[in-house]
Amino acid sequence: MRGATGNTSAGPGGGLRAVAGFVGRRLLLAVPLIWAVMTLSFVLLRMAPNDPAVSILGDRATPEQYDEVRRELGLDRPLLAQYGSFLADLARGDVGDSLLSSRSATEIIADRLPVTLSLALGATVASVVLGVAIGVFGAVRPSTAGRASQVGAVVGQAVPNFWLALVLIVVFSIWLGWLPPNGYTTFVDSPADWARGLVLPVAALGAAGVASIARMTRGAMVEVLDRDFVRTLRACGLPRRSIVYRHALRNAAIPVLTVVGLRFIGMLSSAVVIEQIFALPGVGTLAVTSASRADFPVMQALVLYLTVAVVVVNVLVDALYGWLNPRVRVP
Amino acid sequence: MTGTTTTVTAGPAPGQSPTRGARQALRDPVTLAALVFVTLLVVAAVLAPWLAPHDPQQQDLNDTLAGPGAEHWLGTDELGRDVLSRLLHGARTSLLAAVVAVAVALAVGLPAGVLAGYLGGWVDRILDRVSDVILSIPSIIVILTVLAVFGPNITAAMVTLGVLFSPDLVRLARSSTLAVRSALYIDAARVAGLPHARIIVRHVLPNVIGPVIIRSSMMCGLALLVEGGLSFLGLGVRPPTPSWGVMVADAGDVAYTQAWLLVPTGALITLTVVAFNLIGDSLHDAAAGVAIVARPGTRPAVKPAVRPADRGAPDPVGAEAGPALLAVRGLEISFPAGDGWQPVVDDVSFDVRPGEALGVVGESGCGKTVTALAVLGLVPPPGAVTGGSITFDGRELVGLSERDHERIRGSQIGFVSQESMVSLDPVFPVGELIAEPIRHHLGLSRRQAADRALELLELVGMTDPRATAARYPHQLSGGMAQRVAIAMALGAQPRLLIADEPTTALDVTTQAEVLDLFRKLQDELSMAVILVTHDLGVLADLCTRAVVMYAGEVVETGPVGELLSRPLMPYTDGLLRSDPHLATPSGRLPTISGTVPAPADWPAGCHFHARCPLATDRCRTEPIPLVEPAPGRASRCVRIEALAGERTP
Repeated sequence: MRGATGNTSAGPGGGLRAVAGFVGRRLLLAVPLIWAVMTLSFVLLRMAPNDPAVSILGDRATPEQYDEVRRELGLDRPLLAQYGSFLADLARGDVGDSLLSSRSATEIIADRLPVTLSLALGATVASVVLGVAIGVFGAVRPSTAGRASQVGAVVGQAVPNFWLALVLIVVFSIWLGWLPPNGYTTFVDSPADWARGLVLPVAALGAAGVASIARMTRGAMVEVLDRDFVRTLRACGLPRRSIVYRHALRNAAIPVLTVVGLRFIGMLSSAVVIEQIFALPGVGTLAVTSASRADFPVMQALVLYLTVAVVVVNVLVDALYGWLNPRVRVP
Repeated sequence: MTGTTTTVTAGPAPGQSPTRGARQALRDPVTLAALVFVTLLVVAAVLAPWLAPHDPQQQDLNDTLAGPGAEHWLGTDELGRDVLSRLLHGARTSLLAAVVAVAVALAVGLPAGVLAGYLGGWVDRILDRVSDVILSIPSIIVILTVLAVFGPNITAAMVTLGVLFSPDLVRLARSSTLAVRSALYIDAARVAGLPHARIIVRHVLPNVIGPVIIRSSMMCGLALLVEGGLSFLGLGVRPPTPSWGVMVADAGDVAYTQAWLLVPTGALITLTVVAFNLIGDSLHDAAAGVAIVARPGTRPAVKPAVRPADRGAPDPVGAEAGPALLAVRGLEISFPAGDGWQPVVDDVSFDVRPGEALGVVGESGCGKTVTALAVLGLVPPPGAVTGGSITFDGRELVGLSERDHERIRGSQIGFVSQESMVSLDPVFPVGELIAEPIRHHLGLSRRQAADRALELLELVGMTDPRATAARYPHQLSGGMAQRVAIAMALGAQPRLLIADEPTTALDVTTQAEVLDLFRKLQDELSMAVILVTHDLGVLADLCTRAVVMYAGEVVETGPVGELLSRPLMPYTDGLLRSDPHLATPSGRLPTISGTVPAPADWPAGCHFHARCPLATDRCRTEPIPLVEPAPGRASRCVRIEALAGERTP
């Protein structure tokens, strides 16, 4: 975006320190939140009828073997004691080992995180760029093309992403053969294949984001362009280019930013389905496998890390919000 | 009196009148279509066992993956099952799932939100924290955790989704309740001793329910998508039971051989979600009071060609005293109304000479501001200049392209508006706001423009220009904001400054300071000024000549001193008599009875006759021309003698 420069109000050092303080305070506030969420998931998972021992051994072991595994996992201890050691482990950053592979849950998630982040960040960037462009177009050109973009946005928000993913595969992989229908290549192995493999998943995941950001941008731009200050700027003889892109867009970006944050969090959720369809080894496929095979430590670790991700995104959005909107800026 | 009778005059809650909003929304054909679609879909789902042409589970392995045909309208799937029948039965499962989620969200969120808003205090704080927690967990991982516990089970998933939706409704219901609670009549009901439960049911709920229904409609759409996604993954509805998500998954399995199968289900899900969203959107707009977009056809398609100024019209008074900087002749400005265009300013002519301060006076609604905006080429759309001419320094401005207007605005003609606070872009520091037009018009560097901005801030009387330049508009007082707005307008040294009620929004002391500033600027910069005002004190203070406007017309012009001491039009006389500063200190302040007629109600005769104490039959029937009763003066009145007689009793 243009016009993002020129913050002369605070020295760079002072501004940075203020932002750091703000971020620090917010992250500190997240500690009780994470405690609440983790306690909730602990209670929920202990209510499960599934027996972790069966998850590990299958259903053909002897009762002694089951007891042995339960003892190893500490499941024979009183619930409160289990909760106590769960919290103690959590405080040390230990969320336990996978029941299925006996690797640390954190490690497993760390392996898969780059996939999901590539996907979600790619889809977010794509939907911000396209969504803002389409939204501005719809606002400044209330013509047929502008109205078409509005209709597109309404439909785009309603198309189920799993269905869109299949359609994209049929068209671009089966019929045209341009892009691979599934699979993931790491960036290190081949950046080109990595990018090719991500095009369709990013498109399927980002479509709804493009639509909702376009709608929000258009609405905000229409509202901003109607404000008195726009008339003042026009009366000063500033060209339309500057009024629309430098002034109006910067004002409209404030509400749009909120949607972008919500969208990113939503994409972390939607990634579950998209990764499954395109067979991407990300956090989403991990969540589905762990849920269907009752791998509770991994589930709990996923709850933890995704909650942290939500907190971080929200803090980031609020920090950006303050930077965009001087009225809420920390003085 | 129990206070119940005031219910209809609900407080400032959004969606204060759900029924009125709904009625307005119904007039929108798109919304109506969406409602009809959803209704038909629900009916079809309920009647699916009777409507469906085939048993949704009946396989026919001899007729698999058939395209659309006479026997199977939408074809068959990989097991030869009829797609249409499965869609109808699937609608039952999918819609029911969505209803479960929304019902849970309502059951949890609505009471919690109303209580939080109504009781406040610790209840509110606790519910707020709980909402925070729920909103911070990624929904899919919670649902997956629940499904890990209960196994694939769409009801459990949808109940969970409902709980996850509920904080949204809690917040919504809370804010709507707060809005009602702060309204007076709830206090009245409390004083009247109504029990809380009854207050909530009779006063609070009717105001909360509107926005909640709107949000529920959108949640239905969202829930449908989540059901689809989960069933698609095999974690929700279990095959062979048809649901839309299951059907997309089935279609995906055979997408290589029969892509058609993706079409009916995908289209139906999309249409349904679109319908739910549209219903929610339009109810929301209706409740928020947003006018639903006018249908094409209610607006005249083309603006009439600009009528040139009447050649026969005499130049306005004062034209002979040297070349005018700005000459307005026979200006007509119109807005679309019904099938045609309604003039709001008609036959307005005046001159501004270099360095002169011209006042334009009149009550609100007389067309002063829109006339000023026309000079700048900024008549708010859909209005337009439909007749006459505006020449600036010999150049015709009417019909100029937007690009050419941009070159004149700011650099030749500056503008200061009434509400300075809202007329400054809030996200830029003041220094940048002032510097940008300078850079644009004068081609100065960033550094030079910033220095010039500091000079301007000093010129408009800021004691610490550097500190002011770094501030944002919201950090300024009203008077400072107006000075900044003036500095912005002066940046490229315009030869004419148009100020629209520049002091109206300010307190008296600040008004005086800003007026002093105008006087000083005019002296120092020898700039022409058009001052739009309704305040005769300001006029007397600053201007040398005045144009009095009434109901879209110029009714009197002349040098300010003469015009104020000897008005030649009963309207000017009325303004003078009702001015608190100029009126004689004897008894009550007289006012002009009545109000300015709206353009559509302009009479055929003198626009002022209905309020004029001296009106005759001629005033009521004939258009009154502008005459020149004395050198340098003009008046649109035929009762000048009567007026003179009345003023010297």
